[in-house]
Amino acid sequence: MMDNLYMPYLMRIEKITYEAPGVKTFMLKFVNEADQDKFSYKAGQFGEYSVYGVGESTFCIASPPTRKGYIEFTFRQTGKVTNALSGCEEGGIIGFRGPYGNIFPVDEWKGKNLLFIAGGIALPPMRCVIWNALDLRENFKDVTIIYGARTVKDLVYKDELKDWELRKDVKLVTTVDPGGESPDWQGEIGFVPTIVEKIAPSSKDTIAIVCGPPVMIKYTFPVLAKLGFADENIFTTLENRMKCGFGKCGRCNVGKVYVCKDGPVFTLAQLKELPDEY
Amino acid sequence: MVDLIKRAKELIESAAVKVVIGYEQGTGNKTRAIFVEKAEDADKLIFDSRCIQNLAAYITKKEVKEKGKMAVAATLPVMRSIIQLASEFQVNDDNLLVLGITPESKLIEFANLVEVETFVHQYQIEIDERNKEMLAKLEKMTSAERWKFWIDELSPCFKCYACRAACPMCYCHRCTVDFNQPQWIPVPSHELGNLEWHLMRAIHLTGRCIDCDACYNACPLSIPINLLTKKMLMDAKEHFGGYQPALKGDHLMSTFKADDKENFIQ
Amino acid sequence: MNIDKRLIRKNSLEKLFDILKQNSKTIYAPFSKNGKTTFRNAESFAGISTGYIQTTESSKDIAFPRTEKILDYSKNKEGMSVKGIDLKDIPEVILWGVRPCDAIGIGELSSIFNWDYKDEIYNNRLSKVTVFGFSCNKADEYCFCTSVGGNPGNTAGSDILFTRLGEDGDYLAEILTEKGQSIVNQASALFEKSDSTEKEKYLAEVPVRFNHEEITTKLDKFFESEEWIEQSLRCLGCGACAYVCPTCACFDIQDEAHGKKGSRLRCWDSCGFSHFTIHTSGHNPREVQSSRWRQRIMHKFSYMPERLSVYGCTGCGRCSRACPVDMNILEHLISIQEVTI
Repeated sequence: MMDNLYMPYLMRIEKITYEAPGVKTFMLKFVNEADQDKFSYKAGQFGEYSVYGVGESTFCIASPPTRKGYIEFTFRQTGKVTNALSGCEEGGIIGFRGPYGNIFPVDEWKGKNLLFIAGGIALPPMRCVIWNALDLRENFKDVTIIYGARTVKDLVYKDELKDWELRKDVKLVTTVDPGGESPDWQGEIGFVPTIVEKIAPSSKDTIAIVCGPPVMIKYTFPVLAKLGFADENIFTTLENRMKCGFGKCGRCNVGKVYVCKDGPVFTLAQLKELPDEY
Repeated sequence: MVDLIKRAKELIESAAVKVVIGYEQGTGNKTRAIFVEKAEDADKLIFDSRCIQNLAAYITKKEVKEKGKMAVAATLPVMRSIIQLASEFQVNDDNLLVLGITPESKLIEFANLVEVETFVHQYQIEIDERNKEMLAKLEKMTSAERWKFWIDELSPCFKCYACRAACPMCYCHRCTVDFNQPQWIPVPSHELGNLEWHLMRAIHLTGRCIDCDACYNACPLSIPINLLTKKMLMDAKEHFGGYQPALKGDHLMSTFKADDKENFIQ
Repeated sequence: MNIDKRLIRKNSLEKLFDILKQNSKTIYAPFSKNGKTTFRNAESFAGISTGYIQTTESSKDIAFPRTEKILDYSKNKEGMSVKGIDLKDIPEVILWGVRPCDAIGIGELSSIFNWDYKDEIYNNRLSKVTVFGFSCNKADEYCFCTSVGGNPGNTAGSDILFTRLGEDGDYLAEILTEKGQSIVNQASALFEKSDSTEKEKYLAEVPVRFNHEEITTKLDKFFESEEWIEQSLRCLGCGACAYVCPTCACFDIQDEAHGKKGSRLRCWDSCGFSHFTIHTSGHNPREVQSSRWRQRIMHKFSYMPERLSVYGCTGCGRCSRACPVDMNILEHLISIQEVTI
């Protein structure tokens, strides 16, 4: 069959993990092994996941490319497609188109310290690149992860947070917003930008990767600037409404930059050149 | 129209209104809307028989409303739309001043919307002869013929929603077609979907449409969709005695009266 | 390069049509209804419009249908079965009566559908189209092809370009491609040899109204201008301009389900609609009409030239003619050129 750009791969839902209220992770395997063999992607890329008969939605690939044989994505139940996804069961078939978009330049970060800052439901795009880095741990110096959510319940990937906490070669700091703590909460209490300022990681030879809701990003960038991070060394991801994922439907552009093709990964230096349209 | 220009200048200069919505010369022989915010721009205001666009479509538009109090040059259809919009709480005396233009093209200023209503109620909404004939022709068709007529007419529709955009009564921030849970009306242009869109719109306009033909005039393909709204007008007259836009009182489609006929249930 | 120029007698055009029909060709030609001219399947020559300056809709429907099926699916006991499009089902078509501004638009539209990722369905549809361009003997105040690098006798994009030599004259036929040649082969008697027949004096006069390169350069610094707000006040945010435009390609993807079966469709969309860019969260990067109007102009005159090396406008003027509120794109572009930053 000729290449139909719009034709998804058939994927079977192998495992569903309940992460937080309204948030689930699906592990997907290709129904056709031939598709699996041809498939490859890099950290940062995304796909269009579809429920046949309902529609498609855009999510990053949340599992690292260093692990073969499956892909994972995490979503929050918000609209038509995510509601339909929420109703899917293990064994069900959904569609996947991808990988699309640009990548985190993990190869260029060899020998550097990595600082990951994430908030709430924005940990999924980071999870891919975090595990990518941890699977190649010897390539990097210090790895620090600062992750926060509104309440303890809203923290996602709770099992992996435990893994990261126990690892000696990772410094993990978790936080919840003031008022979001549970009686037995051991982590920090404070908004993510405040905690970043408190931890004050060194900017020397460090790459910062920041993903979060717009308000968190807005207050984190100035903190990083104060700590001496150059704009070219701060990476983030942008989201925009998408349909095709490959630069034709005309929907996701911010000025002349297409989030699906030139992004979703941008440095802060690139972000500052973009017009106020996202 | 000298009176209109003079009055517009006065209103702007005295800051009684922030913007005067009227007509100006457009491309070729067209006229189009103008938003006068500076007194000197009022010289561009015109009025003649080409000025048929229903300007009431702009008085609910966010970018126009937020300028402040509006004045609008209103012919009879526009006045009717304004009264209907007022009855639906979309405009009021605080944010709108009506510069009426009578059917004899004379400027008449209204102190408030009640005066506009009084003026409007002097006239009945009458469907023009040509369309009355077309409706009579449709009435005589069999169901199958009428179905074919409408499928043929509506298939070329490409769902640009110019009809919706031009209609003063379609001011919903989120239209029925913008809902996807459930997707009440299909998005793509195809035979049944197009039919569903136009029928749904005609139903939503029953009791509200004042027969200005803005929808038909806006359609890039000149599809006679105003036949649907005119048919609803005729039906409303036949079954419920017709309606006039009115500031107070019952709305036709949201009012039940014990003596409503139920002969449509067959 | 020497273009093969032939003469078609004015009465031979109908004969050509009939021969092609006899050879089982599907022909799309302009027909008028309710005062508007659009392309329809032509069964006979009678009724084909000739006096129009421009059709209401462009002919992009032929390669980029307003609604197109992408796939069919059905759920069964074994799981899901999904079927794509069979390219063999796509018919060959002759597009009869395309103006040069539309013919050149085909290339601009194609550049979008081949930008890095190649849309093979689109390409296949296009490969089966033979374009009969008809030069313009008349133009109106909406036309501005010469301001965007075109002209009323432009050969770009046509397989054969016909130019009427005078109001009741015969036609000059310029055979431009192999596809054009294969048409000639089917009716060679009708394509007479021609001495150098000049077409220029029969073409419409379309004065240049603005400098498009200047505008593209200016737009780079124009994003924050107040001009967008002023220009777009009367715009009501419908999709008429995008849908009649030969180079607008914005689309939506919608699933339609009927029980256990259904299909996925691709359909036209417009950046002018208020909900075009809205996120499920409710956040809308283009919340006001001025930002949507700006997107239209910037995309056509700034982003496309920079990213795809083609213009997003052919100067056909359809958008201005179709617009219910007279948003005249030529007027707006001249206004942009005149504004001092």
